[in-house]
Amino acid sequence: MTATERPVQADRPGEVLRFRFDGRDYEGRSGDTLAAALLASGVRRVATSVKLGRPRGIFSAGVEEPNALVQVETPFPEPMLPATTVELYDGLVATGLPGKGRLADRPDPARYDSVHAHCDVLVVGAGPAGLMAAAEAARGGARVILADERPEPGGSLLGTAETVDGLPGRRWAAERAAELGGFDDVRVLCRTTVFGHYDDNYVVAVERRTNHLGAAAPATMARERIWRIRARRVVLATGAHERFPAFAGNDLPGVMLAGAARAYVNQYGVRPGRRAVVFTTNDSAYPAALDLAGAGIEIAAIVDVRRAPGEEWARRCAERDIEVRTGHVVRAAVGDGEVAAVSIASEAGGQAREVPADLLLVSGGWTPVVHLFSQAGGALRFDEEIGAFVPGEIRQAVEAAGSARGVPTLSGCLRDGAEAGRRALAAAGFAVPDPAPPPAVEHEPEAAPARHLWLVPPADGADHREHFVDLQRDVTVADVLRATGAGLRSVEHVKRYTTAGTAHDQGRTSGLLTSAITAHALGVDVADLGVTTFRAPYAPVSFAALAGRDRGSLHDPVRVTAMHDRHVDSGALFENVGQWKRPWYYPREGEDMAAAVLRECRAAREDVAMMDASTLGKIDVIGPDAAEFLDRLYTNMMSTLAVGSIRYGVMCRPDGMVFDDGTVIRLADDRFLVTTTTGNAAAVLDWMEEWLQTEWPSLRVHCTSVTEQWATVALVGPRSREVLAGLAPGLAVGNPSFPFMTWRDTEVAGIPARVCRISFSGELAYEINVRSWYGLALWEAVEAAGVTPYGTETMHVLRAEKGYPIIGQDTDGTVTPQDLGMAWVVSKKKPDFIGKRSFGRADTARPDRKQLVGLLPEDTGRLLPEGVHLVEPGGTRPLGHVTSSYRSAALGRTFALALISGGRERIGARLHAAMGAETVPVTVAHHVLYDPEGARRDG
Amino acid sequence: MAERRSPLAGFAARFEAAGAGGRLRLAELPFLTQINVRVDPEGRAAGRIGRALGVPLPVEPGGAVRSGDLTVLWLGPDEWLVVGPDEGEDEGDARGPGLRDRLAETAAGTADDHVSVVDVSAQRTTLVVAGARSRDLLAHGCALDLHPRVFGPGRCAQTLLARAQVVLVAREADEFWVLCRASFAGYTAEWLLDAATEYVT
Repeated sequence: MTATERPVQADRPGEVLRFRFDGRDYEGRSGDTLAAALLASGVRRVATSVKLGRPRGIFSAGVEEPNALVQVETPFPEPMLPATTVELYDGLVATGLPGKGRLADRPDPARYDSVHAHCDVLVVGAGPAGLMAAAEAARGGARVILADERPEPGGSLLGTAETVDGLPGRRWAAERAAELGGFDDVRVLCRTTVFGHYDDNYVVAVERRTNHLGAAAPATMARERIWRIRARRVVLATGAHERFPAFAGNDLPGVMLAGAARAYVNQYGVRPGRRAVVFTTNDSAYPAALDLAGAGIEIAAIVDVRRAPGEEWARRCAERDIEVRTGHVVRAAVGDGEVAAVSIASEAGGQAREVPADLLLVSGGWTPVVHLFSQAGGALRFDEEIGAFVPGEIRQAVEAAGSARGVPTLSGCLRDGAEAGRRALAAAGFAVPDPAPPPAVEHEPEAAPARHLWLVPPADGADHREHFVDLQRDVTVADVLRATGAGLRSVEHVKRYTTAGTAHDQGRTSGLLTSAITAHALGVDVADLGVTTFRAPYAPVSFAALAGRDRGSLHDPVRVTAMHDRHVDSGALFENVGQWKRPWYYPREGEDMAAAVLRECRAAREDVAMMDASTLGKIDVIGPDAAEFLDRLYTNMMSTLAVGSIRYGVMCRPDGMVFDDGTVIRLADDRFLVTTTTGNAAAVLDWMEEWLQTEWPSLRVHCTSVTEQWATVALVGPRSREVLAGLAPGLAVGNPSFPFMTWRDTEVAGIPARVCRISFSGELAYEINVRSWYGLALWEAVEAAGVTPYGTETMHVLRAEKGYPIIGQDTDGTVTPQDLGMAWVVSKKKPDFIGKRSFGRADTARPDRKQLVGLLPEDTGRLLPEGVHLVEPGGTRPLGHVTSSYRSAALGRTFALALISGGRERIGARLHAAMGAETVPVTVAHHVLYDPEGARRDG
Repeated sequence: MAERRSPLAGFAARFEAAGAGGRLRLAELPFLTQINVRVDPEGRAAGRIGRALGVPLPVEPGGAVRSGDLTVLWLGPDEWLVVGPDEGEDEGDARGPGLRDRLAETAAGTADDHVSVVDVSAQRTTLVVAGARSRDLLAHGCALDLHPRVFGPGRCAQTLLARAQVVLVAREADEFWVLCRASFAGYTAEWLLDAATEYVT
C-alpha cells in the first residue's frame, strides 16, 4: 500500500524513534503509538478492508480500533494488532493488513507465563473512576489490584487534557498511581487487559510486559503474562467508547472519532488533519473541536444534528469563530480514497453543501464498556439519556463505576469511583475511613441533551451500500436491511447473517449501531431489541500467552520411577502410560523393535529377565473391616486369604463390567496391600474412598496410597529362583517354603525388601519391592546378576500368550469377567459385591456376548493390526475386533487376542480379519495359548 | 547396605544456581520421615497419638503444627502427615524404634477406634522454596492465596503446583515446603527452575 504524501510533523518533543511501515522508513517519538506516529508522518491509509478492499485509515486512538490493523514483523511476527495499541519502539517494523494477518511459520522464542493473584478489591480501569476506587480501597487497608490496558494510568484524562486538583490530568493520574504503588498490598498493572470475567469473580487478564521494548526486551522476562485473579469485589471502571452514526462514506480514511482526534492532539501532539468538519449528536465533540482548534487545526464547521447544543459550548465556539450548524447532518464523506470534502445538509432535507476538509470527526455519543459486566452475568438496561445500554442487576460482587455506567462528567466519575471504592471496602469487611474531599476539576459546562442519531439516510435514490455499520467486517446498513428483509428478527441472528460484531474488535464501536439499525428496520425500540451477548475474550489474546510455560517438556508432568536414569542409560525406548514414562523395550545395537522384543521374550521364557514394575498402583487398606470391604469391592473372596498370601482379584462397576484388576496381599489380619493397574491407581483409590465415605461409612477401614513408597522389580524366568537365591541369601526360595502367591519380607542385595511370588507371564517369577529410594540400587544389583531387562512390549506379549487381559486394552467398559473367560474369579458364595446383581441380568448371560478368544492367522508371519474387525468368511457383519496382537517367540508365530461375539463357541472356526479390500483368514483359539496347564509357574 | 538415592539427587547444583541472586532458595530435603496417620480425631487413640507427638493432632483444616523436630500436617478430617527428620538407613535400631513404630505402638490395642499408620517416607520428597520471591515463584503455579495473612506459618494445603499434586507447607515467613510425589519430583523441580528464571538474577 502506498502512503499518501502529507507533511511530516517534525516539531514534536520526545526521543526520536525510527520505524518502518509498509517498507518505508519513518520517525516517531517516545510515547507514540504506531497510529500516532503514522499520523504524524502523514500516513493516512494504513490498511485495506477485509471484504471490499477499501482503503482504511485510523479511526480511533485505542483498543476499539476497527480499521488500522497491522502486523508487527520484528522481533517476532504478530498479526492483527490495532496500530492504535502498538507502542512505538526503535526498530519497529510493521505492515498494514488487508483485514487479516499471517501467523509466523516458526516457534515463538519468547517466554510467556502466568500467575495467580488474589485481592479484596480488583479495579479494572485506571481512569478517573478507577483511580479513585482503588485509592479509597487501598486507604482502607484492602488488598487491591488495579489493572489498566494502557501503558500509563489516566484513562480519558490522557486524551482530554482536563486538569484535576490543578494538575494536568495525566500527571494527577501518575501521582495517584504512584501513591497506590506505595502500599504493600496494592498492585498496579499497566498494559494489562482484563479479558475474561467468570463466576466467583475469577477474572483473567493479560499483561504485555516486553512487547513495547522491541529488540531490547530481556530474554529472561516473560513477554506476556496471564493473570488469573480471584477478587472478593470487583469495580469495573472500564470507561466508554465513542460511537458513530451510519452515513455514506463513513469508512474513508480521514473519518475519525472526535474523542480520538482530541487524544492525538493532546496526548501525542499530533494533528490528524488540517481542516476538519465535526459531526456530532452531543456536547462531547465541542471540547474536542476546541482542543483541535487550539492546536492549529482549522475547524470548518461543527455539524450538530440537535437544534440546541450546550449553550456554553456554542458560545465558546462563537468566540473562536467556529461555525456551528445545528439541525444539520453529514450526508457523506466525499473523496477518492480519503476524505477531501464533507457533504452537509439540513436534517429536514434540501440541498447538500460540500465543505472541503481532510478530516471528519464524528461523535454519536458514548457507549459504556459493559463487556466484563455482561460476561460476569450482569443484566443490561437501556439508558434513554445516553442512548446506550448500561449495567443493571448482577448476581456477583461486582459494580460498575464512572463512565462505564454512563456517568457523563469528570467530576461525576471521580465521585462515583470513590463511592464504589468505599462500598467495595465495606463489603469486603474493612472499616471505611472518612471520605477524602473530592478532587477539584475545572468548570464543567451544563450539558444539553444528546440526540440519538443512528442513521443519516442516503440522498434521494441512493442506497445504503456505503453506510458502514461494522468497519472491520465491511458490514453496511444495506447488509443489515437484507438480513431483516430475509425475516431475521433477533439481533443475534442478524449478527450471524451479516457477521457484524464478529471481527477482531468484537463490535466495540459497531455493536450498538447494528442493534439500532436493526431496530429501526424492524420498527421496534432498540431498548427492547437489546445487543448481542458479550463473551470473553474482551480483546484478542495470543495462544502463546494462554499456553504460557505449559509447552514442550513442561506441557504435562512426566512421571518417572526411581530406576529411570538407568533405563535411559541402557538405551531403552519409552512408552507413555498415562503420565508415566515406562521402558518399552531395550534394543541392542542392530536390533529393531521386533528383534529386541523377541529376544527379551526368550530371556523371560528360557532364562531370566527383569522389568521395572514400580508404576503399578499400590494402596494400603487397613482396619478391622478391611477384609469385609475388599470382599464387597472385588468379585472374588478376599476375607479367606491367609496372612502371608496373595490373591488375584477383579473389580467391577455396579453394571458388572470390569473396572480394574490386580493383586491383594494380606500383610496382617487387618492390613492388606492392594495393587492396581498403572493407569487406574488414582481412580481405584477414589473408588474406594467413594464407597467408604458415601455408602459404607460404618466400615472401619482406611486407605492410603503407597504407589511411590515402593519400587518394584519383576524377576521372571526359569532361572529367577536361582538369581533370587544369590541376591537374598536369607530367603528360603524353594517352592515348598516359598510357594506361588505368597510373600516374604527379607533382604535382597542388602536392601530390606518384600518379595512376592506373582507371575504376569506364566513363568516362575517374583516381584521384589523396596522403598523407592533403594529402587536404583536394587535394579543395578539384579541386573549385575546377568538378568536381561525387558520393557512393556515384552510384558504385553508374555501376558497375552497366557491370555491375561490388560484392563483398558482388552476391555472397554462393556466386558464382564465372564466375557474374559474368568468366571472363576466371580464368587458364587458371597452375599454381595459390586456388580453382583448385574450378573443376574439376561444381557450379561447372552450367549452372543463378545468374549475374549485367541486368534491364529493362517499365515503364521502375518501380524494383525489391533482394532481390525472380524467377519464370517464371505460375511460382512462385524463379529468383534482384535484387542492385542503380537509376534510370539514361544509360539513361533504371530497371534492375537480378540473380543468376538459368541467367541468361545467359535473356537476352532475360521474367520476373516477385514483389512480394507483384503481379508486375512484366521482360526479362533482358546485365549490361553501358551502353557495352558500352568506347568511353568513353579519353575 | 546399598545406597539410597533421593528423587532430586541430580538437581543440587541447579538449585544452588537458582539461589545466586539471593532472592530465592531452592533445595531438596531428602529422606525425611513421613508417616501417614488416619484416625478419628474425636477418639481416644487420637489423644494418645497427640501426646506421643507432643502436640495434639490439628483439627482445623489446613493446620500445620510443630513439636520439636516433628511437623504434623492436616490432610483431611481424619488424616494427618507426620514429618520428621531422616532416620537414616539402618531402620533406627541404634536409636530405638522409628517414628512409624512408635506411632503404631501408641495406636495399638485400641479396640474402640482403629488407627492406620503407614510409612510413606519414600512416597514424597520435600523441596524447600524460600526467599523473598518464594511466594511470587509459587504463585506461578499455585492457585491458592499465599498471602501471609491467609497462608502464613502454621498453614498447609494439598493442592496443585503447576500440574503436580503437592502438599504445600508454610514454614516461616518466607519459607515453604513443597512435598511432592517421587515420580513427579523431576517435573516439579524443572518447573520451579523454569519459573524462577526472572528471579534468579
